[in-house]
Amino acid sequence: MPEMILREAMNKALREALEEYKDAFIMGEDVGAYGGAYAVTKGLLEEFGPERVKDTPISESAFVGSGIGAALAGLKPIVEIMSINFSLLAIDQIVNHAARFRYMSDGQFTVPMIIRTVTGGGGQLGATHSQSFESWYASVPGLKVVVPATPYDALGLFRTAMKDQNPVIFAEHSLLYSTKGEVPDEWYEIPFGRASLKREGDDVTIIAYSGMTRVALEAADKLAKLRKSAEVLDLRTISPWDKEAVLRSVRKTNRAVVIEERWRTGGFAGEIASTIHEEAFDDLDGPVVRVAGKDVPTPYAGNLEDATIPNADDVVRAIRINFGF
Amino acid sequence: MALNLDKQKVYEYYRRMVLIRKFEEAAGRLYLQGKIRGFMHLYIGEEAIAAGAISALEPKDYVITHYRDHGHALARGVDPKACMAELCGKATGTSGGKGGSMHLFDASKNFMGGHAIVAAHLPIAVGLALASKYRGEDSVTACFFGDGAVNEGEFHEAMNLASLWSLPVLFFLENNLYGMGTHIDQAHAGGRDIYLAAEAYKIPAAQIDGNDVVAVHEATQEALKRLRSGSGPVFLEAMTYRQKGHSIADPAQYRDSSEVEEFLEKDPIERLKALAIEEGVVTEDDLTSIDEEIEDIIEEAAKFAEDSPVPAPEALYTNVFA
Repeated sequence: MPEMILREAMNKALREALEEYKDAFIMGEDVGAYGGAYAVTKGLLEEFGPERVKDTPISESAFVGSGIGAALAGLKPIVEIMSINFSLLAIDQIVNHAARFRYMSDGQFTVPMIIRTVTGGGGQLGATHSQSFESWYASVPGLKVVVPATPYDALGLFRTAMKDQNPVIFAEHSLLYSTKGEVPDEWYEIPFGRASLKREGDDVTIIAYSGMTRVALEAADKLAKLRKSAEVLDLRTISPWDKEAVLRSVRKTNRAVVIEERWRTGGFAGEIASTIHEEAFDDLDGPVVRVAGKDVPTPYAGNLEDATIPNADDVVRAIRINFGF
Repeated sequence: MALNLDKQKVYEYYRRMVLIRKFEEAAGRLYLQGKIRGFMHLYIGEEAIAAGAISALEPKDYVITHYRDHGHALARGVDPKACMAELCGKATGTSGGKGGSMHLFDASKNFMGGHAIVAAHLPIAVGLALASKYRGEDSVTACFFGDGAVNEGEFHEAMNLASLWSLPVLFFLENNLYGMGTHIDQAHAGGRDIYLAAEAYKIPAAQIDGNDVVAVHEATQEALKRLRSGSGPVFLEAMTYRQKGHSIADPAQYRDSSEVEEFLEKDPIERLKALAIEEGVVTEDDLTSIDEEIEDIIEEAAKFAEDSPVPAPEALYTNVFA
């Protein structure tokens, strides 16, 4: 099976979308002539022209709002916000408008827009450029939130996003763009709300998404050396999220750890942990454990930044302390 | 000033403006009776803008506006019964009771909503116009907003984008001198002539008398020529006045009574009426019969709203997602 990196998988996804849907167009900062800040849209301007690959001014609120208007009128905008940190400049458009039109008009209007953006830290970009806000959006009724961890998933989930009639936040982790993986030539799609079982195990369930999936797998490797088998679930989408798969796994392993890159306080890991406590309490051998980012603005210095983001040792340590492995 | 209107045209303007006025007077009464709740912002005194401008548009055009939206909805032909039912939170409302006064929508009329976050609908208007251009259609987007919106970043961002991409957006500023309770002189460094800001973005702009329905209509028609030709946006600033407070709960004590009186004399409905009678185009009796006809429509709308059921409990979870 052919291999490609996640950046190439997204480029393929976008090229396909523009070929397949005549009403689809890409819009965002430096998506055209520059080829995308992370080179995801490279070559698309040359292939599809400036009406379908539109460079915008640095004006997040205006181009996200314009995407909403275009979607209302029946187009399929694929809007790129260069970094999820900049989405705060457009958060009113996303929350108060994209996610509200359908309900407030009682179904008269829909906003079938995709917002592609780049999430995560680890690049020594400082506090304003290293945040992971996808879980904020996952808490908003009316938004779907996709957080792929592999090239295969990125392509398959994007194909589903193209068919979805709702606003979709498609958050790609900056450190995963060079992740290599198999991507078949045959057509496939991945539905939203279906977790990927990355590894089967019996002793503990590790739940992760996006950049933390890799951390979960590394932790599982380390646990294997301690003769403990971890089951690893990659949620792939956090709105909707695959509650059934999580509960099924926890009922088997009786222990659960949720990893999340963002701040521990008010995070999505807390949402998952609470759900497990509410719905599978009797199956648990101990409380669900969260391993999450430190509650600080992300520092610039490499050693300090590393200390804010969960790694595999943090996960193993938390498991050993809480479950006595 | 000569009116130069035939009887039918006078009837048409008068009917639209009186429909809005009487609808809102009835809504005010229902509010005081507790049958309408939440925030409700009346358009009384500004009717000439919605009536004059929207009557120049075609069905294929888009209309999008702010939260003081009853006038635009009614001028666009949205059913008064459904509007009143929406205000009353009923299942028969424009949004089945889920939107309320500030959020009227009607897809069948390309009425893209009342929007309650100041200036946020301006970028959305740009996107509607972008879709028209993308498809090679000559439909335009009329976007109404108040002077309170012009100090928001999105006002400038939207004008920049619309002009940069030559999009058919009619930026229609209703300058009623107040953003909620703050006078424009305390809010906008550029003074009262806000249309000058549009010129910085190379958008043709003009200031008009927003209480003169004929002037509004003619300026809109002129703007539409450019808009439909694909030459880009137009900006119109209509000077007007809010006869009531910001919302129904606002007694407007921050205003001088002489200022209010000055503008009451410029009431758009009374002006049209006086001029049309003076010029002998219509008689007082002609207009009184229109008043009665509209009163019946409004009475029927209020009764419909009051008699309609509240939304079914199941409606809570419908249309969150497509």
